[in-house]
Amino acid sequence: MSFINLDATRLPPPAVAAQPRSRALGAGRARTAKRVKAVSLNGLGLLIAIVTLLPIFLMVSTAFKPAHEIYSLTPHLLPSHPTLSNFRQVSSGQVTGGIGSVWLFVRNSFGVALVTVLIASLLALLGAVAVARFRFRLRTTFLIMLLIVQMVPAQALIIALFLDFKKLNLLGSLSGLVLVYSAQALPVTIWMLRNFVATVPKELEEAAAIDGATGLKIFWRILLPLVAPGLVATSIFAFITAYNEFIVALTFLGQSHAAYTLPIFLTYFFGQHGAAWGPIMAASTIYTIPAMIFFLFVRRRLVGGLTAGAVKG
Amino acid sequence: MAETIEHQPAVLRHRQRGRPGPTRARISTFIRRHKLAPYLLLLPALIGIALVVLWPLVQMVIFSFQNYGLPQVTGALATQWVGFANFTTTFHDPVFWLSLRNSVFFAVVVVPLSLVVGSVVGLLLNRLGKKMSLFISTAALLAWATPPVSGAVLFFWMFSPDGGVVDWGLSKMPHWLVGSTNWANYNWATTGALPAYTLIALLVIWQAFPFIAVTVLAGLKTIPAELTEAARVDGASPWRIFWRVTLPLMKPIYLVLLLLSVIWDFNIFTQSFTIAGLANTNEYNLSLYIYDKAFTFPPTYGLGGALALIFALILLVVTVGYVRSSVRQGALT
Repeated sequence: MSFINLDATRLPPPAVAAQPRSRALGAGRARTAKRVKAVSLNGLGLLIAIVTLLPIFLMVSTAFKPAHEIYSLTPHLLPSHPTLSNFRQVSSGQVTGGIGSVWLFVRNSFGVALVTVLIASLLALLGAVAVARFRFRLRTTFLIMLLIVQMVPAQALIIALFLDFKKLNLLGSLSGLVLVYSAQALPVTIWMLRNFVATVPKELEEAAAIDGATGLKIFWRILLPLVAPGLVATSIFAFITAYNEFIVALTFLGQSHAAYTLPIFLTYFFGQHGAAWGPIMAASTIYTIPAMIFFLFVRRRLVGGLTAGAVKG
Repeated sequence: MAETIEHQPAVLRHRQRGRPGPTRARISTFIRRHKLAPYLLLLPALIGIALVVLWPLVQMVIFSFQNYGLPQVTGALATQWVGFANFTTTFHDPVFWLSLRNSVFFAVVVVPLSLVVGSVVGLLLNRLGKKMSLFISTAALLAWATPPVSGAVLFFWMFSPDGGVVDWGLSKMPHWLVGSTNWANYNWATTGALPAYTLIALLVIWQAFPFIAVTVLAGLKTIPAELTEAARVDGASPWRIFWRVTLPLMKPIYLVLLLLSVIWDFNIFTQSFTIAGLANTNEYNLSLYIYDKAFTFPPTYGLGGALALIFALILLVVTVGYVRSSVRQGALT
């Protein structure tokens, strides 16, 4: 296996007399020790992966279990009689406290997240061009402001936001949420996009300008295609922010059931029917799976993008 | 005039074709002459941030010095300035100190634990073979992707007395370890702050370690192999290499991870609201306490504002550290 080869290449050359102990042990024993180490490291890795996967596995398998298996005294990993009944119940809306089918809330959540992505990406791109392409007086102030704003938790603002949006009559609606989420995503998305804009050579734009392209045309035809990977990274961030957000949706949506997003629906359902674990796990699975597919789909960009936003501005 | 046109090809083209009209050309000349372009580009984002973060922040400061509540919102009573009364009330409320204690303890325990677990996984990913690494990182990615509310409901159920696997597993343990039939009906979420926050801590670590692991891994990849190689040739043990070579090189990354983790874990709301809820003041943390003051009837927005301000000031200390480390790393250039 590759890790053994890797270790072998890292062995110091035998001429170096820096490890008297391993030499005294002899080559055979050293190899055994190495193998024991490799096996134990792999064992530890395997254990961590299994413990990490266990909750997710239980959620999905419970979603497919009939009620009598869920409440059985000895829990089993896999359903012995898999059923779609839990999914059917949340889909028809008969167990959800009468507030509707789970698909209504899927639609709400996706709608809010997608519109947030569009608005946040556009505004962040404009802002990123400003801070990456121009040197102006308040630039540093603006950048520091972004860093600080990024750290202000929603709990510290929620009272004022609630009262303001109440005055604007935007409380029980999805558009109110979109407004808040777009603005919340901006600090990080501007930080992330700034680096991508900075890597586009200025000469390209200048050449286009000399050839007679307008500012708008330069933006559409040159800048936009080149920062597209950056836009993907910021879109991921904005999507996840909106899809997972809880406290703002909780306070804004109140009793407007038809506008519930998935997390609010799930906690409402959980509060109303605390013991209906089969349907709750089915709803939770429906909420979780798209996020997981999304993460797996973008796994490479995720690491680079998020660390670019978090670690090195 | 000729000089201006020479520097502005776009304007030149407009003039020649004469389509967009002279007004537009004049506006773009004005923007160029006064160097307004960056401000105009920033304006939409700035309006959004001002509306949703800056102005609410100012309002919270104002509320914290007023007797703002439901009668004041409806206009039944006039709003009055009350000086520091909201702060005095808060400092005399035992629930505030309890919430503060829970928040601080939680962060103090969970931050180091998630950093250690994340680092171990990051080091393993760096060390193990391709297939094994892919398996572990996929598992971690799925935990990371799980939305906080889904995770909270899931962990609540795993630790619940009716059919939860954890109580079942604990009751099956051998007696000399922790096994006891008492576990069968143990309710982690409602028994008190310690079991509830143990449950929340496990959930938060489960969701936070993947980000730490991949960040640590990305940092490890930037360390030149010659450095660790040289230490190895000199006879240093892997443990010593880690402490003396790897860790010092990773210091900036760990600083940012530490600051971000402190802020995230001190803020915890979604998980504590879903699992601990508002039923038991013993299980409050600062976020839940603010929410309770503002949204449990009768709402006391003034008290909530004072609390939010205290909360924000505590976080500001950490944020200043974060901004300073970002500036030092040259993030503002």
